[in-house]
Amino acid sequence: MKLDSRIPAGPLAEKWDRARFEYRLVNPANKRKYNVIMVGSGLAGAAGAASLAELGYNVKCFCFQDSPRRAHSIAAQGGINAAKNYQNDGDSIWRLFYDTVKGGDFRAREANVYRLAQLSVNIIDQCVAQGVPFAREYGGLLTNRSFGGAQVSRTFYARGQTGQQLLLGAYQALEKEIAKGQVQMFTRAEMMELIVVDGRARGIVVRNETTGNIEAHTADVVILATGGYGNVFYLSTNAKGCNVTATWRAHRKGAAFGNPCFTQIHPTCIPASGEHQSKLTLMSESLRNDGRVWVPKAKGDKRPPGEIPEGERDYYLERKYPSFGNLSPRDIASRAAKEVCDEGRGVGPSGLGVYLDFADAIARLGEDKIAERYGNLFEMYERITGENPYKVPMRIYPAVHYTMGGLWVDYNLMSTIPGLFVAGEANFSDHGANRLGASALMQGLADGYFILPYSVGNYLASVKPEKLGDDHPDVRAAVSAVRDRIATLLGTKGKRTVASFHRELGDLMWNYCGMARSRAGLEEALRRIPALREEFWRNVTVPGSGESVNVALEHAGRVVDFLELAELMCKDALHREESCGGHFRTEHQTPDGEAMRNDSEFAYVAGWEWKGDGAWELHTEPLHFENVQLSTRSYK
Amino acid sequence: MIARFWQSSVGKKIVMGVTGVIMVAFLVVHVGGNLQLFLGREVFNKYSAILHTSEEALWLVRIILIVSVVLHVIAAYQLTMRDRAARPIPYAKREPQASTLASRFMRVGGVIILAFIPIHILNFTTGDLHPEFARGDVYGNVIFAFRDWPLLSAFYIAAMVFVGLHVYHGAWAMLRTLGIAKPSPRPMERTLVTALAWFIAVGFMLLPLAVVSGLVR
Amino acid sequence: MKLRLHVWRQAGPSVAGAFETYDAPDVSPDMSFLEMLDVVNERLMEAGNEPIAFDHDCREGICGMCGLMINGLAHGPRAMTTVCQLHMREFADGEELWIEPWRATAFPVRRDLSVDRGALDRIIQAGGFVGVATGNAPEANSIPIGKEAIENAMDAAACIGCGACVAACPNASASLFTAAKITHLGLLPQGQPERYRRALRMVEQMDLEHFGGCSLFGECMEACPKGISIDTITRMNRDFLVASATAEQERQVRGD
Ligand SMILES: Cc1cc2nc3c(=O)[nH]c(=O)nc-3n(C[C@H](O)[C@H](O)[C@H](O)COP(=O)(O)OP(=O)(O)OC[C@H]3O[C@@H](n4cnc5c(N)ncnc54)[C@H](O)[C@@H]3O)c2cc1C
Ligand code: HEM
Ligand code: HEM
Ligand code: SF4
Ligand code: F3S
Ligand code: FES
Repeated sequence: MKLDSRIPAGPLAEKWDRARFEYRLVNPANKRKYNVIMVGSGLAGAAGAASLAELGYNVKCFCFQDSPRRAHSIAAQGGINAAKNYQNDGDSIWRLFYDTVKGGDFRAREANVYRLAQLSVNIIDQCVAQGVPFAREYGGLLTNRSFGGAQVSRTFYARGQTGQQLLLGAYQALEKEIAKGQVQMFTRAEMMELIVVDGRARGIVVRNETTGNIEAHTADVVILATGGYGNVFYLSTNAKGCNVTATWRAHRKGAAFGNPCFTQIHPTCIPASGEHQSKLTLMSESLRNDGRVWVPKAKGDKRPPGEIPEGERDYYLERKYPSFGNLSPRDIASRAAKEVCDEGRGVGPSGLGVYLDFADAIARLGEDKIAERYGNLFEMYERITGENPYKVPMRIYPAVHYTMGGLWVDYNLMSTIPGLFVAGEANFSDHGANRLGASALMQGLADGYFILPYSVGNYLASVKPEKLGDDHPDVRAAVSAVRDRIATLLGTKGKRTVASFHRELGDLMWNYCGMARSRAGLEEALRRIPALREEFWRNVTVPGSGESVNVALEHAGRVVDFLELAELMCKDALHREESCGGHFRTEHQTPDGEAMRNDSEFAYVAGWEWKGDGAWELHTEPLHFENVQLSTRSYK
Repeated sequence: MIARFWQSSVGKKIVMGVTGVIMVAFLVVHVGGNLQLFLGREVFNKYSAILHTSEEALWLVRIILIVSVVLHVIAAYQLTMRDRAARPIPYAKREPQASTLASRFMRVGGVIILAFIPIHILNFTTGDLHPEFARGDVYGNVIFAFRDWPLLSAFYIAAMVFVGLHVYHGAWAMLRTLGIAKPSPRPMERTLVTALAWFIAVGFMLLPLAVVSGLVR
Repeated sequence: MKLRLHVWRQAGPSVAGAFETYDAPDVSPDMSFLEMLDVVNERLMEAGNEPIAFDHDCREGICGMCGLMINGLAHGPRAMTTVCQLHMREFADGEELWIEPWRATAFPVRRDLSVDRGALDRIIQAGGFVGVATGNAPEANSIPIGKEAIENAMDAAACIGCGACVAACPNASASLFTAAKITHLGLLPQGQPERYRRALRMVEQMDLEHFGGCSLFGECMEACPKGISIDTITRMNRDFLVASATAEQERQVRGD
């Protein structure tokens, strides 16, 4: 296996134009002869499926929710970046490109990131034309805010529901194509296997979650836009259904997995309240604009926050990072919170939390002003915790939020399996080792609206449209593999529930492959994960049958794949002997605790090839930086 | 196109709204006319006589009203059937949260009004149900009926409660069905419509009440 | 706290269902309602029984996947809150709760508390979009839109498609859902060219899906977790009326 990035030649700014010119075209009359499978209806999937259908391809689109509108993209709050420079503050495509490469700690491809910055501009046009109600000024023009520590205001937003509004735009475009019959939509359909014939991706096997039927769908090209795998940690800000199954099954069929250990941990989430906790809720980062983060100076100080005098509080972000203070980047703020909690200074019943205090801001600006800025967030916090953040400081703690890793793709978004394209959070992405706020939405839509329609066409122009019968041996084999897996899960009849395994796996990953990773910890995890997997197959209980709705079975199928992915993540984290972005190895830090990159040895994408149970081969794609200077981030 | 309009649930509702306006307008006029009873036999009978001066005009109004009632009732019936079919299994427990009593009594009230109308016409217009009916002496007819027939008075008063409720919800709903109402932070609130409903209900009730109490004789 | 739950159990769309009673001991007030059900399910599964099927995904009140009736209230007793965001501190120790699926002909029960809301997607298919293809878009700032209009459009666009309005409406009407989309697009310049055909078609689809009509009960607005106003229904009706009045034009556009 070779990881050939297929980056077009020429100057950075001309690469995408050149690629589009060099792409072969499919004759308009022939487009309807090609069948396209799109798995996923999030920003990437819905945008891609709609755009391909508009071009005239026959598209089948799949999602596991009951409607394409519910994909996890819906939950994004903050906004979407675009280099429009509407605020006249010096933004440009080049600056967005530069910020993204730097923010990703120099572990992303320059060419991809530049294209992303270029396309960001078209995304806003497209979304506005669809009726996405982005915030505006009184004059009627679009407004922006600065987000995630960016020095320019380039983030477009629709209240706190940007992801929802963007997804509804894409969803409506998709529904329009469904109405025309150009897209056939399959909801409540869980992809459980990829069909590869003669080395080409030719279809998928799905389980109909209502009837339990196992169905094969074949096509000329398969696209996965199935989102991220943060739920390997059990607790994350991801929706409960987010899973790795689609990409993992493709990985097992030959698609390399890129940088699996790159996960982003978001500093401002509501802490878990007990064993029963099922997911974590993100509180927008914007809260850090006015809130001050602190913990008591003394260990185990259990006094209510109001009784802790000013002198006994440690505003540790302001202390450690005087210039950025409470606005330090996500990874830094997260790690700092973990450190103080590890020291025993955490707050709240579990000791896993820090205060985000608005008392000063309220004193300075008044409660009304704060309510105007954060009213919705405060309300949400109150709903979940039962505490009033106007009176008591909020408690926050970091949580897994986004996975930069994913299936490796070339410049055209094709994986190492010909005919298998991967878009959105599911691919290893343009974010390197750390994603900047408001850029995942941008990437998903760039992939879906503006890259896939061309690059998939280019691929299709090179293959003849052909039907694949359900009785083809490779199709039959894939179907029976799924049947067998389900039968085994239902037949084990052990003692432990799927959720208990998932929770244990999550704890393990959080402790050993979370915010700070060490050789010893990762090795420990690598010992325990296979053992847990073994116990799972021996002792799991999945009640009910496969012939109807079975929520336990759905969960079990996903946990099976998380149990394998977890091992690869730890392996990747162990092999990457450096700290970069979201990946922090305790062995690789400066004396004052800052991440230390190792550009001479690790300026590459790690692409892992599946070699059978618990064995992988590492391939690397070196990263060349010709347009930006490698530098060390400093937020002191 | 008209068929398509009529087939649509919103189309039917619009028909109900339009016919409702016509009927409300009639009731307002009717109440106004009725209240002239308090000005004495002469005035009241004269008013009635004026109404009967042109048979053509009278029948025109009657036809409009009959068509309105028929369309209104058919639409109400069909919508009610559609609504019932849309929720075949009721909830084990459900308390209304926002809907007004009036809105929940639309159907019951409608049936009562439907029963009221023929009785009312047989009583005061044709006189078939009225033992002492005297054409031309509307004043006498009314006084006699309510004075000697407490049960009829009771029925009228009860029916007017439902007419009031029907108008209270109906007139407000009509403004929304016909797309006239302006957006409001509290769309369930209504003031003018409340006054209108009280005016119609109390206006009508005053007659039997006045007669029964002996205020008018 | 301790609760007694009467939960609707139904094995499939075509079999009869019934309430079953479960005791939920040691419920923490900090649990969300769905977490409480998770715990009940864990216990059921440990005993080898099938868990209660209910829909959920984001658990943040935005995806619209969750939804069930608690004592006859769609999404439970707290206003402006989806059931995934409802916390057990809203209930009293020892309370008895009746938990049922959304009930409507248009929403057949798949299993237990999970229903099929595909009808709502089909309403959107009928016209809940702006018919622009990718690549056709003009520069975003070439269409100024007043702040008022955009805020009002956003209010309507906040609908999460959960179906609580249908569940709460005594007529099982989808008017609030449909009207929210008609209002969102109808308030924006982008939505104008298709405004009237959109109203006609979406209303027609709503009827085809066997939803009830709107009697303006207002229950939907009370149940809606996003506070969508029945003012949107007024607007839908107005657009429908205008569309019907100008039907000739519409037919010409369609060419039939
Ligand atoms: C709480 C939160 C807030 C965020 N805020 C922001 C923000 O402000 N700005 C920003 O840029 N980014 C934000 N992000 C990140 C961003 O939302 C996501 O990365 C992005 O939306 C992913 O889009 P996607 O299309 O790749 O996948 P998703 O939207 O996750 O869609 C995945 C699709 O795949 C389908 N699918 C998955 N598995 C299967 C399977 N096995 N079979 C069939 N179908 C399957 C699902 O049904 C779904 O339709 C946020 C993320 C979270 C969690
Ligand atoms: C004759 C017997 C009548 C019956 C059976 C009847 C029935 C109904 C019903 C069931 C509704 C509610 C329909 C719905 O929202 O689904 C309704 C609405 C209404 N009714 Fe009547 N009604 C009758 C007479 C009247 C009269 C006499 C008036 C005039 C005062 C009237 C005025 C209205 C109005 C204005 C509405 C509201 C329509 C809308 O929402 O647009 N109705 N009627
Ligand atoms: C206390 C209440 C009412 C009283 C005392 C009353 C009285 C009368 C009288 C005296 C007449 C005969 C008028 C005439 O022939 O000159 C009449 C006619 C009529 N009333 Fe009423 N009325 C009452 C309420 C109502 C209501 C609520 C309705 C409608 C729902 C109604 C509908 C009619 C109609 C349709 C006619 C017949 C008009 C015609 O065709 O000549 N009335 N009423
Ligand atoms: S209108 Fe409200 S209740 Fe109805 S689907 Fe939308 S969000 Fe849910
Ligand atoms: S409750 Fe139902 S009747 Fe209309 S106002 Fe709401 S849809
Ligand atoms: S689970 Fe998404 S809204 Fe409740």
